[in-house]
Amino acid sequence: MKSSKFLFVVAAFLVLAVWPLMAGQYGVDLVAKIMVFAIFALSLELLVGSTGLVCFGQAAFFGIGAYATVLLTPQDGAPSLLWLLPACVLLAALYALVVGALSLRTKGVYFIMVTLAFAQMAYYVVHDTPLGGGTDGIYLTSKPVLGTLLDLDKPQAFYGFTLACLAGVFVFLTLLLRSRFGRALAGIRVNEQRMRATGFSTYPYKLAAFVISGGIAGLAGFLFAVKDGFVNPELISWHLSGEVLIMIILGGLGHLRGALIGAFAFALLQEFFKSEAIFGEFAKHWHLGLGLSIIACVALLPRGLVGVPGQVAARLSGRPSGARGTAAEEASNE
Amino acid sequence: MSPSRRTLISTAVAALTLSAVVILPAQAQGLPKLKVGLMLPYTGTYAALGNAIENGFRLHVTEQGGKLGGREVEYVKVDDESDPSKATDNVNKLVKRDNVDVLIGSVHSGVAMAMAKVARDTGTILIVPNAGADAVTGPMCAPNIFRSSFSNWQPGYAMGEVVAKKGHKKVVTITWKYAAGDESVKGFKESFEKGGGTVVKELSLPFPNVEFQALLTEIAAAKPDAVYTFFAGGGAVKFVKDYAAAGLKKSIPLYASGFLTDGTLDAQGADANGLFTALHYADSLNTPRDNAFRLAYAKTYKLQPDVYAVQGYDAAQMLGIGMAAVKGDISKKSEFSAAVEKAKIDSPRGAFTLSKSHNPVQDFYLRQVGDKENKLVSIASKALADPARGCKM
Amino acid sequence: MDFTTFLIQCLNALQYGLLLFLVASGLTLIFGIMGVINLAHGSFYMIGAYMAYALAPIVGSTFGGGFFATLVVGLVLAVLLGYVLEWAFFSFLYERDHLQQVLMTYGLILVFEELRSLLVGDDVHGVQPPDFLSGTLPLGELMTYPVYRLFMSGVCLVLALAMYFVFTRTRLGMMIRAGSTNREMVQSLGIDIKFLYRVVFAAGVAIAVFAGMIAAPVSSVYPGMGNTVLIICFVVVVIGGIGSIRGALLAALLIGVVDTFGKVLLPQASGVLVYVLMALILLWKPDGLFKAG
Repeated sequence: MKSSKFLFVVAAFLVLAVWPLMAGQYGVDLVAKIMVFAIFALSLELLVGSTGLVCFGQAAFFGIGAYATVLLTPQDGAPSLLWLLPACVLLAALYALVVGALSLRTKGVYFIMVTLAFAQMAYYVVHDTPLGGGTDGIYLTSKPVLGTLLDLDKPQAFYGFTLACLAGVFVFLTLLLRSRFGRALAGIRVNEQRMRATGFSTYPYKLAAFVISGGIAGLAGFLFAVKDGFVNPELISWHLSGEVLIMIILGGLGHLRGALIGAFAFALLQEFFKSEAIFGEFAKHWHLGLGLSIIACVALLPRGLVGVPGQVAARLSGRPSGARGTAAEEASNE
Repeated sequence: MSPSRRTLISTAVAALTLSAVVILPAQAQGLPKLKVGLMLPYTGTYAALGNAIENGFRLHVTEQGGKLGGREVEYVKVDDESDPSKATDNVNKLVKRDNVDVLIGSVHSGVAMAMAKVARDTGTILIVPNAGADAVTGPMCAPNIFRSSFSNWQPGYAMGEVVAKKGHKKVVTITWKYAAGDESVKGFKESFEKGGGTVVKELSLPFPNVEFQALLTEIAAAKPDAVYTFFAGGGAVKFVKDYAAAGLKKSIPLYASGFLTDGTLDAQGADANGLFTALHYADSLNTPRDNAFRLAYAKTYKLQPDVYAVQGYDAAQMLGIGMAAVKGDISKKSEFSAAVEKAKIDSPRGAFTLSKSHNPVQDFYLRQVGDKENKLVSIASKALADPARGCKM
Repeated sequence: MDFTTFLIQCLNALQYGLLLFLVASGLTLIFGIMGVINLAHGSFYMIGAYMAYALAPIVGSTFGGGFFATLVVGLVLAVLLGYVLEWAFFSFLYERDHLQQVLMTYGLILVFEELRSLLVGDDVHGVQPPDFLSGTLPLGELMTYPVYRLFMSGVCLVLALAMYFVFTRTRLGMMIRAGSTNREMVQSLGIDIKFLYRVVFAAGVAIAVFAGMIAAPVSSVYPGMGNTVLIICFVVVVIGGIGSIRGALLAALLIGVVDTFGKVLLPQASGVLVYVLMALILLWKPDGLFKAG
């Protein structure tokens, strides 16, 4: 099974790499956007799927990364990628440090709501104070460059850079989860009591996961701001936090490629139901199709979309495909 | 067929369809039709407004025989969900995938801001049929961006003149804490204070909070001569009802930007009777132009038109004027802009022209609610132009 | 702020808090007692409000009844809806984890909103309270207080007492509480847990719909009204302690006070005060104010 997962990921990245050659401008833009959300989803997957911490305030880190990009960009020239990118990631990670340090005192649903509370606080700072530049949003004056090598204002350059970031984040998280640190996170997810009983101090690991996750979300926010050239307070709203959570649940928790699949599936499902070419006048009621699809997914695919091959294989060979999968599957967490 | 195989096959089919759909534009290629991209809210709180704007737009095009500037009009629609974070992608869908010639949208100001940026970057002609953000005809103004509606400042300014003339001296304002509310109050304050009044308190509550009781009590405690407010939609209905229920309607006159009572009178019932509002449209203008429009609209859609329908209708008129001037060749952008800039648009609201920043210079009417209608009382402000602060055109 | 104004603001805070409790109590029931996260709770509230608007003319023409008749009809429909929904959807979710419930109920929200758009349209509507409740009582020189709001607060109190009574003093309440702590044990004692859960779920939905109907004359009826109410309901339930009705009531009243006085004393921050309150309470008491029960 492991080699098929590896092949799938490699194949997916290959397709993404050659996509600009096949698709028009719009196709390139669309996939670039989905890749940004895939990075965002991966950041949440680290917390929810790998560590078992359900954060409902992820949009705060995303939005802080986006707003930092706009606010730190000088009015006159194009800023250098070398300092702007790390600065935005760092600011998002800093907020994650604060939120994590305070929230990790709580557990379960209370933890979920506390992370929401902190995200709402960030939202109101941006929405209601002069810092955010107004409720209608602010524009990015110029897009960052890497000397003369890379100008993110060019769509092809931006696509390539985003793909590189996505691949980099994916590889980084894969290595992280295979390391001792990742094993500790898995242990915390499965049974935190047991970990603590063996003398393991779980708090620093959870906090570290939180900070890394916040930083990656900040990276996604940076890319989003560069892509759109426009940020607004809704980037920190709980609706966005909810959407990215939906993406990773849809894709399948506990697997990095689940976040990828979920981001793509969610975006493409929306495109499908909004398409006038298929639905004509009814396309304006696309929420209905999307909602029904999501319900169908939950009912038929208890392990998310990432579990489809597993379920198919199980049915074909006559084995029962339960809601949780085998223990071996769980342990080989990819 | 076993369920798993079904799932596999349907997934494969779905994947293929999805990828096809993504690249497939909304309509097939063929004759050189004029592609009009409508980016409006078709779901969510503002859906009714989006529908009204589209209805008004289509009505004018139908009246012209389905053609503008000699070219048949083809519509491409995108639901903007009133979500500014998706706006850039939605506009790009229209501009890059569907290759529309003209953009029409939107209702929500944040969405319009995103559209304005893309319009500026790509040079596509954009006509805004509602969003009142001052910035669209302010710092973001451009030769290819037009507005057929209003700027948030305008109705507030018009009302301020009226309230000052009525002799009120101390006023409390109340609105949501967001750009539209702030800009409306600013407009009111400017003319009201010029007219010798003072705004003693500016109350606001976070958007979209609709618990007004605490602030209504504050208003009663402040005992002003009058209250100016800006609310729209569900909030407007609740505010008017709460204001009346709190007994304030009898003691402290309420003045508002017209959106308080537009599209909401059925819901507000008797609580709205007698309210004065200022807007660039009224239900009882009784001009031949407006009567013809209202009749045609009611016959086609079995609904009464509102200000949003008029704005959509006039956006189509503006497009038509431009298209006629360039004889259908929309690539002649500067001629298009020049023609629309100089035009006098024969609108159901009364004829209006465009300011240098492409915002309507129009009459604002003082209306009073009666018989479930916003009845025209007088002209609050004649040919009011938005100051277009920050526009460098 | 003078004393009369202060008193009136306290009344405002109390009334808002009680209304919040009414809306959130259904969520406490389903979430607290049954452990099911139901994001569609706001949608049920919206369904209630739209029912109050849409059923009124129908009830008026068929039975000749007014507001209360509409309430009764609406309540019956709500219980039926809850029962059917539990049987068709939610019964599959008890074994699934919370996040799957989140996903499924998120899909439900989308479906309900769109059905509403298809069936009733997108306009804003108002609902008239019955005539004998439409009056106002004078408060100070300028203000009056609508009698209907007092009626609403009364209904909330009665509901709170009823819920408390049923849970702590009746056999049904005992079975429900037992079922929430140990499902298998209750089943092995011969109690039909499936039927029990269906009843509780139907009750939770019915309360949410009822809250929407009762609040409709005050809140008015518009698209998207469910979303704004959803988050604040979760805040109430969490501050109060999941599963605690006492807690939900206290939390609702607290939020009422913070929201009301926050708007007046700290208007720049009033949007965030409720969340600051929740963060502070959870940092002090990580499991909410009260334990379940």
